[in-house]
Amino acid sequence: MHLIDGSASSIKSFLKTLSPVDQVGAEARAAMLGTRSIKTSSKSWAIDMAISMIDLTTLEGADTAGKVKAICNKAVRPDPSDPTVPHVGAICVYNDMVEIARKQLDAAGGHEIPVAAVSTAFPSGRASLEVKERDTKDAIAHGATEIDMVIDRGAFLSGDLEKVFSEIQFIKSICGDRAHLKVILETGELVTLDNVRKASYLAMAAGADFIKTSTGKVTPAATAPVVLVMLEAVRDWYAMTGVKIGVKPAGGIRTTKDAIKQLVLVNETAGPEWLNPQLFRIGASALLNDLLMQRMKLRDGHYASPNYVTLD
Amino acid sequence: MMTFEYAPAPESTAIVKIKSEYGLFINGKFVPAKGGKTFTTINPATEETLTKVAFAAPSDVDKAVAAARTAYSKVWSKMPAAERGKYLFRIARILQERAREFAVLETMDNGKPIRETRDIDIPLAAAHFFYHAGWADKLEHAGVGSSPKPHGVVGQVIPWNFPLLMLSWKIAPALATGNTVVLKPAETTPLTALLFAEVCQQADLPAGVVNIVTGDGSTGSAIVNHPDIDKIAFTGSTAVGKGIARAIAGTKKSATLELGGKGANIVFEDAPIDETVEGIISGIFFNQGHVCCAGSRLLVQENIQDELLEKLKRRISQIRVGNPLDKNTDLGAINSAAQLAKIHEISNSGDVEGAERWSPQCDLPGKGFWFPPTIFTGVTQAHRIAQEEIFGPVLSVLTFRTPQEAIEKANNTPFGLSAGIWTDKGSRILWTAKHLKAGVIWANTFNKFDPASPFGGYKESGWGREGGRHGLAAYLKGNH
Repeated sequence: MHLIDGSASSIKSFLKTLSPVDQVGAEARAAMLGTRSIKTSSKSWAIDMAISMIDLTTLEGADTAGKVKAICNKAVRPDPSDPTVPHVGAICVYNDMVEIARKQLDAAGGHEIPVAAVSTAFPSGRASLEVKERDTKDAIAHGATEIDMVIDRGAFLSGDLEKVFSEIQFIKSICGDRAHLKVILETGELVTLDNVRKASYLAMAAGADFIKTSTGKVTPAATAPVVLVMLEAVRDWYAMTGVKIGVKPAGGIRTTKDAIKQLVLVNETAGPEWLNPQLFRIGASALLNDLLMQRMKLRDGHYASPNYVTLD
Repeated sequence: MMTFEYAPAPESTAIVKIKSEYGLFINGKFVPAKGGKTFTTINPATEETLTKVAFAAPSDVDKAVAAARTAYSKVWSKMPAAERGKYLFRIARILQERAREFAVLETMDNGKPIRETRDIDIPLAAAHFFYHAGWADKLEHAGVGSSPKPHGVVGQVIPWNFPLLMLSWKIAPALATGNTVVLKPAETTPLTALLFAEVCQQADLPAGVVNIVTGDGSTGSAIVNHPDIDKIAFTGSTAVGKGIARAIAGTKKSATLELGGKGANIVFEDAPIDETVEGIISGIFFNQGHVCCAGSRLLVQENIQDELLEKLKRRISQIRVGNPLDKNTDLGAINSAAQLAKIHEISNSGDVEGAERWSPQCDLPGKGFWFPPTIFTGVTQAHRIAQEEIFGPVLSVLTFRTPQEAIEKANNTPFGLSAGIWTDKGSRILWTAKHLKAGVIWANTFNKFDPASPFGGYKESGWGREGGRHGLAAYLKGNH
């Protein structure tokens, strides 16, 4: 379905059809969903679901092959003492670590776990299109099957929506059927929920397979109202086009409570069809261990020492 | 488990100690009613009897009024205003400290979800005492002259929909302004008022300043008609309100009446649609629709009706109906068999008169009083469900073509309590609000309350205001 032909006027007229977001109302709805009380069997289900949705991430200047290999092993067997723990959704690394990650995952028995690479001059997106193209091709060539690109927030905020749109379209054409495209909106820089809604639709219309909140380098990141608005966008996009787009909150989701709140948002906004790793991911690093701690607590009836959870 | 089913998450009732029998709270003590007459109060979600409560006869009301008169003339009117304020602060703090106990008890006696008693009723009740505590020694700035005086003894009759909250709306301003009180809670929901009586004891409030008499309409009538009561404050139905107005005509009594409503929730084509859907839900399904200011008439611009109704129905399908003590319940039990029968009766008229009824699939518990969230589409002004207050989870959907038509339809009602406006355009909010005849108008939100904000209605929705400076004025005699 071609809602936008790429011209500035078609983008502008399409975005004008979107309903505005009332910030106060959206915050109130997100806060209300935050009061859901998830206990016993539903908590245990949610913990395993959340683990299987994690894009286990390391995006540091200090990343080394050793560090990346370690999180790959963790991704395959999050809790070595308990084989019933599912593996995570994906590994997310910088471009130069993609090959190392792929090899280590395969070696550890994690063939089915994809490697996601952050691309297009992550995190700022401030580079020429040639650089972004090269960046993306390089990641795919080394084994990335998921590309987490950033949008040009400068272009978005200055009103050059055509540039944002065409860049996403271009990167999508590079990904083709070799890689899934996640489009990072960096909502902390877009600031308003109206902008979040517009950017979500822009990304979906340009070919995103996933829309993602943040790079993790800017705060605020995956706040509940932002995720709510993005989930509304994918729900309504599905009603409009019949295509289901995924959502990935990233940044600031550190505890089991945070993760379960995200799942409640999904369940009561986009709906239960989105509650699987094909349509919902959580970009996180520290979260996994908190989920494992809570899982042990549910299983054993008491908290274990953090020493029973492997560091990475 | 293959889908995200929320496991039961019931709030414990262990914190509540319900006694086997409650007396009347007169002159600081619990006393039996004349002849030991009692009635029972039940949990509407289970139909289980909770306890027995004393039934006040006119002679018991006499005793309560006498206690209030003595407390007024001997203690409360002579006490320095700042000291009065201290008692209100103390009560407010105790309400906060015992918030969970109050929330659980309110949910058991009323049937409303624990999420609402915990997050709205009880915190707001405490907020009303805090707000009015601050006013106690500043009444010369209330806008009714330099030396305002209390009325004396105030008779207060409150409804069952927000038992403790309506008690706070009544008692907090009355005490802050130096009046003493005889209050009757509703017949079906007396328990939090009686727990509040214990709070008065805990706060060492002087005996007789607050008296609580339980009973039915005859007890309320004895208060309204009592010759030694100076002012009546009533919240409840328009029919009873009219009766009170007749009863006090020609007497020295003044009155504030907060009565029924049939609030219009007006949605313009440029409304923020997802938040509007939430506002419509909160407007009509908050507290099972047992809200005088409920947005029970949805007026939607005809060109967005289909899109809005699709989103609304989808959202209504997610409403969680059931055990009010479960922390994830959105819609609880109807307060009484009588109210349930009334909701059935009026909504059946909607079917007969040709409106289209819709409810989601939902399993209602076998015991207790339940009504599913319901909307009627194709409703016009001539339908009973567009005119009469249903006081239940039933929404009537009407359409309009122009802002002028929206105003005409919104105002075409004997009521005038509340209204909502949904639009992204600031100028349209102001224009619409200016032309609506309603006491409370919300813009891009609904059912939001604050002690600083006056609340009350036009036309048959009542006399006077509660809350804010305007609410204080109703409890004071000015000297302008």
